[in-house]
Amino acid sequence: MTSLPPPGAKRLGLVIDLDICVGCHACAVNCKEWNSGGMAAPLTDLQPYGVEPDGVWFNRVHTFEAGEGATGRTVHFPRSCLHCAEPDCVTVCPTGASYKRAEDGIVLVNEDLCIGCKLCSWACPYGAREFDSDAGVMKKCTLCADRIYNEALEEVDRVPACVATCPVSARHFGDLGDPQSEVSLLVAARGGYDLMPEMGYKPTNKYLPPRPRRDQTTCGAAPVALAPVVVAEADGFLGWIDRLLSR
Amino acid sequence: MHPALSVILFTTASGAGYGIIFWLGVLGETGAYPPDRTFGLLAFGLGLGGITAGLLASTAHLGHPERAWRAFSQWRTSWLSREGVASLATYVPAGLFGIGWVFLGENREIWGFLGVLAAAASVVTIVCTAYIYRSLKTIQRWCNAWVLPNYLALAAMTGALWLDLAAVLTGEPFTPGAEAALCSIPVAAFLKFGYWRFIDATHSTSTAESATGLGSLGKVRLFEAPHTSDNYLMKEMGFHIARKHATKLRCIAVIAGFVLPCLLTAIALAMPGAIRVIAVLIAAPLATAGVLVERWLFFAEARHTVTLYYGASTA
Amino acid sequence: MTQIDPPIARNQPIGDEVKFTTCYMCACRCGIKVHLKDGGIRFIEGNRNHPVNKGVLCAKGSAGLMQHYSPARLQKPLLRVGPRGSGEFREIEWDEALALATQWLGDIRRTDPRKLAFFTGRDQSQALTGWWASQFGTPNYAAHGGFCSVNMAAAGLYTIGGSFWEFGETDWDLTRYFLMFGVAEDHDSNPIKKGLGKLKGRGAKFVSVNPIRTGYSAIADEWIGIKPGTDGLFVMALIHELLRAERVDADYLARYTNAGWLVIDDPGAADHGLFARNDKGEPLVRDLETGEVTAFTPTVAPRLSGEALLPDGRSGVPSFTLLAARYLDPRYSPDRAATETGIPAETIRRIAAELAQAAFDAPVIIEQPWTDWAGRRHDRMVGRPVSMHAMRGISAHSNGFHTCRAIHLLQTLLGSIDTPGGFRYEPPFPRPIPPAIKPAGHAHQIQAGKPLAGPPLGFPTGPEDLLVEADGTPRRIDKAFSWEAPLAAHGLLHLVIRNAWSGDPYPIDTLFLYMANMSWNSSMNTSGVMQMLVDQDPETGDYKIPRIIYSDAYASEMVAYADLVLPDTTYLERYDCISLLDRPISNAEAAADAIRQPIVKPDRDVRPFQDVLIDLGARLGLPGLVKPDGSPRYPGFYPDYIVNHERKPGFGLLAGWRGAKGEDHGTGPINPGQLDAYIDNECFWRAHIPEEALYFKHSNRAYLDWAVKMGFLDKAEPVTLQVYSEPLQRFRLAAQGHGKVQPPDEHRARVERYFDPLPFWYPPFEETDVGPDAFPLSALTQRPMAMYHSWGSQNAWLRQIHGENRLHLHRGLGQELGIADDDWIYVISNHGRIKVQAKLMEGVNRDTVWTWNAIGKQRGAWNLAPGAKESERGFLMNHLINDLLPARDGGYRYANADPVTGQAAWYDLRVRIEKAPAEDEVSEPRAPMLALPPGLPERPSVLRYGVKFRGLK
Ligand SMILES: Nc1nc2c(c(=O)[nH]1)N[C@H]1C(S)=C(S)[C@@H](COP(=O)(O)OP(=O)(O)OC[C@H]3O[C@@H](n4cnc5c(=O)[nH]c(N)nc54)[C@H](O)[C@@H]3O)O[C@H]1N2
Ligand SMILES: Nc1nc2c(c(=O)[nH]1)N[C@H]1C(S)=C(S)[C@@H](COP(=O)(O)OP(=O)(O)OC[C@H]3O[C@@H](n4cnc5c(=O)[nH]c(N)nc54)[C@H](O)[C@@H]3O)O[C@H]1N2
Ligand code: SF4
Ligand code: SF4
Ligand code: SF4
Ligand code: SF4
Ligand code: SF4
Ligand SMILES: [Mo]
Repeated sequence: MTSLPPPGAKRLGLVIDLDICVGCHACAVNCKEWNSGGMAAPLTDLQPYGVEPDGVWFNRVHTFEAGEGATGRTVHFPRSCLHCAEPDCVTVCPTGASYKRAEDGIVLVNEDLCIGCKLCSWACPYGAREFDSDAGVMKKCTLCADRIYNEALEEVDRVPACVATCPVSARHFGDLGDPQSEVSLLVAARGGYDLMPEMGYKPTNKYLPPRPRRDQTTCGAAPVALAPVVVAEADGFLGWIDRLLSR
Repeated sequence: MHPALSVILFTTASGAGYGIIFWLGVLGETGAYPPDRTFGLLAFGLGLGGITAGLLASTAHLGHPERAWRAFSQWRTSWLSREGVASLATYVPAGLFGIGWVFLGENREIWGFLGVLAAAASVVTIVCTAYIYRSLKTIQRWCNAWVLPNYLALAAMTGALWLDLAAVLTGEPFTPGAEAALCSIPVAAFLKFGYWRFIDATHSTSTAESATGLGSLGKVRLFEAPHTSDNYLMKEMGFHIARKHATKLRCIAVIAGFVLPCLLTAIALAMPGAIRVIAVLIAAPLATAGVLVERWLFFAEARHTVTLYYGASTA
Repeated sequence: MTQIDPPIARNQPIGDEVKFTTCYMCACRCGIKVHLKDGGIRFIEGNRNHPVNKGVLCAKGSAGLMQHYSPARLQKPLLRVGPRGSGEFREIEWDEALALATQWLGDIRRTDPRKLAFFTGRDQSQALTGWWASQFGTPNYAAHGGFCSVNMAAAGLYTIGGSFWEFGETDWDLTRYFLMFGVAEDHDSNPIKKGLGKLKGRGAKFVSVNPIRTGYSAIADEWIGIKPGTDGLFVMALIHELLRAERVDADYLARYTNAGWLVIDDPGAADHGLFARNDKGEPLVRDLETGEVTAFTPTVAPRLSGEALLPDGRSGVPSFTLLAARYLDPRYSPDRAATETGIPAETIRRIAAELAQAAFDAPVIIEQPWTDWAGRRHDRMVGRPVSMHAMRGISAHSNGFHTCRAIHLLQTLLGSIDTPGGFRYEPPFPRPIPPAIKPAGHAHQIQAGKPLAGPPLGFPTGPEDLLVEADGTPRRIDKAFSWEAPLAAHGLLHLVIRNAWSGDPYPIDTLFLYMANMSWNSSMNTSGVMQMLVDQDPETGDYKIPRIIYSDAYASEMVAYADLVLPDTTYLERYDCISLLDRPISNAEAAADAIRQPIVKPDRDVRPFQDVLIDLGARLGLPGLVKPDGSPRYPGFYPDYIVNHERKPGFGLLAGWRGAKGEDHGTGPINPGQLDAYIDNECFWRAHIPEEALYFKHSNRAYLDWAVKMGFLDKAEPVTLQVYSEPLQRFRLAAQGHGKVQPPDEHRARVERYFDPLPFWYPPFEETDVGPDAFPLSALTQRPMAMYHSWGSQNAWLRQIHGENRLHLHRGLGQELGIADDDWIYVISNHGRIKVQAKLMEGVNRDTVWTWNAIGKQRGAWNLAPGAKESERGFLMNHLINDLLPARDGGYRYANADPVTGQAAWYDLRVRIEKAPAEDEVSEPRAPMLALPPGLPERPSVLRYGVKFRGLK
């Protein structure tokens, strides 16, 4: 149903730490790998060995530069569905194929209903929906619904593939509807923010901003230089070091 | 946005079709057109045919056209669904109105009422079509007050021109279509200019900075995209047209869509006979071609916020 | 009506079978868990229990199934039928292939085994391949280390008995200040990432010294965009500051290093600059308390400064005194360094102060008593929580050896080597300095039909260990261990093709390569190398390199240049052995080794290369590979060898589950069930270091005893860190005219200059040679995290991420040159010119340009479609890099390499940029189109991988 469900208590989503993401694409490829055999399979690749390979991915890693010159920053930026609380990608869907689950807020596509009109992808500000032109249906991040509830997996493995694989642990998964959850606390502590809040989609996923630099541009308390003890000329250093020996 | 041919054909053809039905309803009820059979047959044929052709073309855009029927279910939230419902619903009064006109020679009173209903349904359908675009917050060049009047005026304008063409082809002397066209072309042109002025002057509130949330660090530039060849997002949403080309195409749209049809229609009104026939026969298709170009530009010039993640600084 | 919100399956096993093995999408060797479904690979995930990756998987690892199912996989042995390089082959049977190879190699072995040059690339079987080469009898063996990281390895092994990369790691949990030099990705791919995540989470400071601000550098707290090739000077300036402020760990230096050892000060004497020793060979020091000169024994606290009167009446100086004199010189002041490095002097001073603060003002203390080698009991472990890591940004320069030694010196001065929070050894390191293995290859060690009398690679400690003729001519084809590259501990793969082609020092017969794309991304001067490979003697019409045998698993560029191609399996189809005898996967807490096991059966006529090598060895009758009756010793091929081969009794390839019942670890008798034991344990073995032995390993009695027990060390003797390097001084003395083995005159000055026992800095050669004006820019490459050298381009997923590359340059430079994004430009070095597309950026040193490594592909290779972007827009920087330096006085051209180790100086490259016409919009040079090897499957135009796992279609 493309009417949004009433806001639920549980809002599952991701928190992505831009301070430590090294842009390794591990999350993107592991996502592709998991989902290639999962509930949205296949993530079709067109001309995979051709001139213009073009595949379906649910997670893509961009790199931005912010600011100029040496004080600027390079920021790696993974982008996937934010499982918004009020997303138009659901309401624009003419068939009901695009829906938001009442019980946990996950936004999914029911491929059996989808007519492939692409409108939902137009309505998503974040580019989180990718059309599988071979299958003729819209596909998107499932928040690994086939992992997080999958009792065939060990409990520790019931997290999204992209979270499990991230080598620097820049990705966190949890219930952002619960203010006491680890992810909510993290968001509170680090000033997690919404992408394009002006769209009013109220994304569930949050991004943690890069921490301030700790170099000459910011370091007030840092030592400036060491006080010289040794006189460099004329063998002035000879003898000094042994004073330091404690034995 | 990628200017998909099916969608361009759809909005243009069905727009003209609904325009025809609209004018038939309005001008029939007011008595401007007598319920002439041949003229009616052709006019309704063009109107309903345009609508149907447009709707069929639109299914070519679908990944699963065989499931298109499912699109009628979500009218409570989806403008696309509403458009589907409205377009189907329009067939009812329009069809009945056509039957009255063509077979019973009636286009007033109860039949006229059906005509007005059909005209209203046409307007509603076009409103729905326009709102498919108008409601997308992701595309500031669509999500603005100019879009709806543009759609309405262009439909009215092309509808009127085709109606006049129907009159000419059936050898009828009546000219309300031409008069309607002469009134609506300047309005449509004004609205189109207004639209262009608007999109040229205003940017979306979303920027690369708000898309990434990194604005506090300074100006945000894409350093590397996630993939080195275009994916669906870039092909669909990242379509980009060079300013130079856009300007050229706008000129073509204006000349073919507004200037020449307007002149031709004026000529047709002023000079009955063969000249009128020739002028009208050129005006309608020319205007439609102009609108096709306009519609192509409507898509091609639209910018989606996802491009902010791919190097655009504003959308 | 279909239900809109279908329930999500809550109990859906991933596949029907799970197998563990080791990833090989790169050399990091993470543990993986492979889920199989209906015989296909459904999902590969990181093994949570594995010591290397602890459950995570990188982009490449996750794309493993696309590598395994790649349409570029070779199908069957190939024999060349067309001209070399044309890519025209005929498929042959394995028997024919092996018979042919046996004939070729047998002839060589019977006459002159040196005529076989056997070189391997990114393999992880060096324990086998090196041993095989010595069994064959050729010294002409090495792996890729010589062009990869030998500066790093050698500098570490000659200084601290370990090194960065696979021999040691940062104490990620405790370090407070982490300085990283020139690393984009490294072999410790996942461990570094995990470590950085931890470190940043704890609020430790991370400083990245790198001309380019991407990847790791992007998340650093401080980015230092240094001028390439000047790190040595930066580090020495830090040392200058620390010394000036007396902020060094004098106790640490006195106890654990040779800082107090007395250096003979007798200019002109044959032993000047060597350590003064007593007749037992023990180094002498001056006792701090008594002032007596005495042997360096556990109980003596040596003085670090002053002068001493040696027993023979000469004068001796503690090496620390020499060190202090060197670096206190204003030559190494921050102000001087600032000009060369481009780092402001205040920044250098501040970093020195921060290092000192982190190391000394808040030591990390672990309440763990321990006993040092001298028997002194310590109540707790006090650490200097400053750590460093460096890789090819340091290594791949012609001054890399000394720069890397300087970094180790800095760590040592701060007293942080293997202390809590510092740099930590990974067993079997630390090793004696340097490891007591000498390269074999002297005339008396080579005999037709006989094995080589020793290993082909090792660690020379003086001129006598060099493999040179009496007149100084190199004895190895790659000139390793010659005067041109005395400490070439990993050989010089980058010179083999040139030398074989030019017959310098002698011609060879067969070049046998394994897993090295030598006609493309792993060569300097790629276009030239392609020519050398196909060059024929104009008179005889024979190829200058008569025969080339190559083993690859995929249709790489190099395949086209082979005469005989031995197709390998993919990593999911074979046994491999990740042995402690090769490159260990241990970490600082535990020793570890691992295997790969076949997950699926090959669906083509291919064989694991190691099986082939063992088969070939048996056919050749190599002593170690046949029984006395001449029958194969390892009829079960590689798995048989892994289990049953011993280097000496009790020492085999795998350290785990030895002994008849698997009860022994480290060393022990052969266990026939060893592989099963590994498979049962998820394909790896790990032995934890005892708590008491976790730090100060170089000097920790508990560790040394444990290491002896495990077979890592012969004797429980401390490893004394060598801040002053005596072996280097021995070479210098030879150059100064001392000793039996001396360099030929033309090499004297060079050896004398670069064999400085203390690190020093000199500008990279190319910059000096070509001059800064004509070629004002440094040109670098970086490893992309999601691509492994050349071999990821066949991968349907990875090539979507990196399908082409650009030359990145600073926005300011671009504006100055009138270059905008996507413009076509020429990049010109003194060796060549390439045409590429530009991309401007902010985070790069203004005078540095760079690109992602090895994205460009030769047309027709890897079963990519004609017109693939990798060859149309992608490009290879290697065309610009000369393998030789410009001619010096006398016309001799040295290798473009470090003068100490022979490490290829990839990153010395200097270029200039000019705008190019855009016309045909393709990158240049255009290498010829290769023909597809026969038998390759058709490229699918749509890939619906995984659709069957979902039960669709
Ligand atoms: N410009 C520039 N050039 C460089 C470098 C640089 O930084 N810049 N780096 C240098 C360094 S450090 C290195 S290590 C080299 C690496 O360069 P190479 O050693 O050439 O590495 P790869 O490109 O990975 O090629 C190895 C070959 O192994 C094959 N292969 C892959 N898997 C298997 C297998 O299972 N079995 C067999 N038999 N073959 C297999 C691949 O198909 C490929 O042909 O590049 C060097 N070249
Ligand atoms: N994903 C992936 N991982 C790999 C590989 C791969 O191909 N792909 N290859 C493996 C191999 S064979 C190797 S050898 C390792 C190499 O691992 P790295 O050492 O990380 O190799 P590079 O990518 O060559 O990175 C060199 C870095 O040094 C910087 N640099 C260059 N010159 C200087 C300098 O003068 N000073 C300083 N401070 N920095 C400098 C460059 O900007 C670059 O960031 O990676 C291994 N891991
Ligand atoms: S990110 Fe896009 S696809 Fe996902 S819920 Fe929000 S609007 Fe919908
Ligand atoms: S593409 Fe499918 S899911 Fe998206 S709006 Fe159309 S029918 Fe709905
Ligand atoms: S949650 Fe699952 S589907 Fe979504 S991006 Fe992560 S791995 Fe992909
Ligand atoms: S796996 Fe983690 S570090 Fe790598 S790109 Fe994804 S979020 Fe960033
Ligand atoms: S770092 Fe990646 S590619 Fe390398 S072994 Fe580990 S998972 Fe495999
Ligand atoms: Mo390497």
